[in-house]
Amino acid sequence: MNFWVNIFSAGVSNGTALLFATMGELLAERSGVMNLGVEGMMLMGAVTAYGTAYATGDPWIGLLAGMIAGGALSLLHAFVVITLRADQVVSGLALTFLGIGLSLVLGEGLASATGVPTIPAFSIPVLSQIPFVGPIFFENKSALVYFGYILTPAVWFYIYRTRAGLHLRAIGEYPAAADSLGINVYAWRYLYVFVGGIMAGLAGGALSLSISPGWFSEFTTSGFGWIAIALVIFAQWDPVRAAIGSYLFGSLRRFTLDMQGVQQVFGVANPFFYDRNLQFFLEMLPYALTVIVLIVGSRAAIRKRIGAPAALGIPYVRGERGLS
Amino acid sequence: MARVIEPSPQTKAPSWHFPLSVNLEPRLDSPRWLPWATTIGSVILALLITALILLWVGADPVRTFRAIYLAAFGNAYVISDTLVKATPLILTSLACLLAFRMRLWNIGAEGQFFLGAWGATLVIEAVLGKDASAWVFIPLMLLFGFLLGALWGLIPGLLKARFGVNEIITTLMLNYIAVYWVAFWVFGAWSERGFQMTPQFPRAAWLPRLTDFSAILPAFSGILLHLGFVIAMLAVALVWYLLERTRFGYEIRLIGDNPNAARYAGVNIAMMTVVVFMLSGGLAGVAGMAEVTGVVHRLQDRISPGYGFTAIIIAWLAKLNPWAVVPVAILFGGLLIGSREIQPSGLARMIQGILLFTLISSEVLNRYHIRVTRAR
Repeated sequence: MNFWVNIFSAGVSNGTALLFATMGELLAERSGVMNLGVEGMMLMGAVTAYGTAYATGDPWIGLLAGMIAGGALSLLHAFVVITLRADQVVSGLALTFLGIGLSLVLGEGLASATGVPTIPAFSIPVLSQIPFVGPIFFENKSALVYFGYILTPAVWFYIYRTRAGLHLRAIGEYPAAADSLGINVYAWRYLYVFVGGIMAGLAGGALSLSISPGWFSEFTTSGFGWIAIALVIFAQWDPVRAAIGSYLFGSLRRFTLDMQGVQQVFGVANPFFYDRNLQFFLEMLPYALTVIVLIVGSRAAIRKRIGAPAALGIPYVRGERGLS
Repeated sequence: MARVIEPSPQTKAPSWHFPLSVNLEPRLDSPRWLPWATTIGSVILALLITALILLWVGADPVRTFRAIYLAAFGNAYVISDTLVKATPLILTSLACLLAFRMRLWNIGAEGQFFLGAWGATLVIEAVLGKDASAWVFIPLMLLFGFLLGALWGLIPGLLKARFGVNEIITTLMLNYIAVYWVAFWVFGAWSERGFQMTPQFPRAAWLPRLTDFSAILPAFSGILLHLGFVIAMLAVALVWYLLERTRFGYEIRLIGDNPNAARYAGVNIAMMTVVVFMLSGGLAGVAGMAEVTGVVHRLQDRISPGYGFTAIIIAWLAKLNPWAVVPVAILFGGLLIGSREIQPSGLARMIQGILLFTLISSEVLNRYHIRVTRAR
């Protein structure tokens, strides 16, 4: 049983980084702007946070710098797709390349940095004593993990229960109608893309300063940014589903590691323990599961006729005929 | 689709206003030279930005660029090396180009490249064995490279056509899976004495190189350019013909430009999605085959410095024109060769990212007049 507790406990930590990136992308996509550059923004956030924490000795300043770096990159995307109306897919890919390349250039030599402070971790006094739930959610967790617990309901409340959230949905579904009611579509889209960038930067900083401290070039994120984008689709743009997905995928990450260390699973001999070469199939698992999750998400979206915000990916041009 | 939205006096848009307002007016007449002028302009701008970043991190941009140029185009040997690097780039770029023309975002050329390389190796390891003539080896390896790449393209193609699954994510995830798949074989069943590589291919399975003819023409000695470059050039001609001179190509372009018109015209979009994805994957697979049989001569887990990703930029820089892919791929091959020995290591990728950005930003100049006026 300890085996599973360990996996889910690590999963909640891993999943927190995914959660930040997923929530940010979810907000941006809800406003109608798809940003495929999450991986690039996360890496920039990770390298900036780590480098700044190394230079200043304060992990919180590092985290802040990482958020700013992610946000700054996202503004580039916002300018190109909102103001210049370029293709969101291509711009997002460009942002990925730019973020990866720039972070590798900036992170040159950072891999050998030592004594970089990390975000403090602590346990919640009473809650951590609850069996199973305590060790998984409340024992020796980074402060950022607890922030994640607050973030999910907050985003849900914002989207579904506030006026600004209503406007957010309107901008993503039918920007012309929103505009006619005096909502500044351009400004809000800029804001949500920026928020998405800040969250991706936070996700990167959470990785390099807390969850798996260090700078390991592009392996710092190893595809987390792309998994976040897939999770948004799987979650059908709903923050609660996004959070569950994030924690599950975080657990999967740890599962693939732990599976190589035990002799028996479910009472049978563990093939991954006896044949080391099979580990590559374990490593494929998160990516394969992302594809499966996408298939399930897409099918459900078609069946229930819910899905992407109607204006997702379409530049808004004031005065032109909007969506039918 | 529309939802009822109440007017709202309480929340306002962020109150800060940019002092100037930028208006974009669609161009009705666009001179022919304009797209190429903006392309060249954006390349120059990208190099300037790169230079600034290099200055910022304390490097000398002039010396860096000069070193890259000399290492890539300085003499006949390095030019040959550059063309060798351009070969997989041309093929993977064609793969991207074909899909992008239909607005199918195949970001999976990298994975299809790995599967193609694996397919070529499969011919030696499991189909023909070590003893066959080059006349049997090379066509069969080409076929297997194409088929395995096409198979890797079939998966996202089917998922897109059947379930409407976002192909960007699926192709990306399949890249990771392809790399682990190749790793599984080269670390395990096909490993040479426990090293993470297969034994070297038999000589008959090597694509002929110019240096192999140095007995006849001594000047070719040491020139490593191989048959794969010819295959790549043939593929360029083939893709051009397919796109511009056949009904199939017309339908690809029609779907890309106006999917609704294509649907009304009776084009089977689902079918086209699957077929184009397979062709695209097949081209990338041939790139992988050419790389292992022409350069590496064995299968390893590290055979690509990201050809499949660079290909996306090349295809875009070439404005999705098959012939334009050739010079652009050669320039990028030079960038890869030239930045090999240069620190910091992410430089080539950073330049690529900046370039793609200046490029898509410059496209606004082709489509719109820009007027800057004072905001209200």
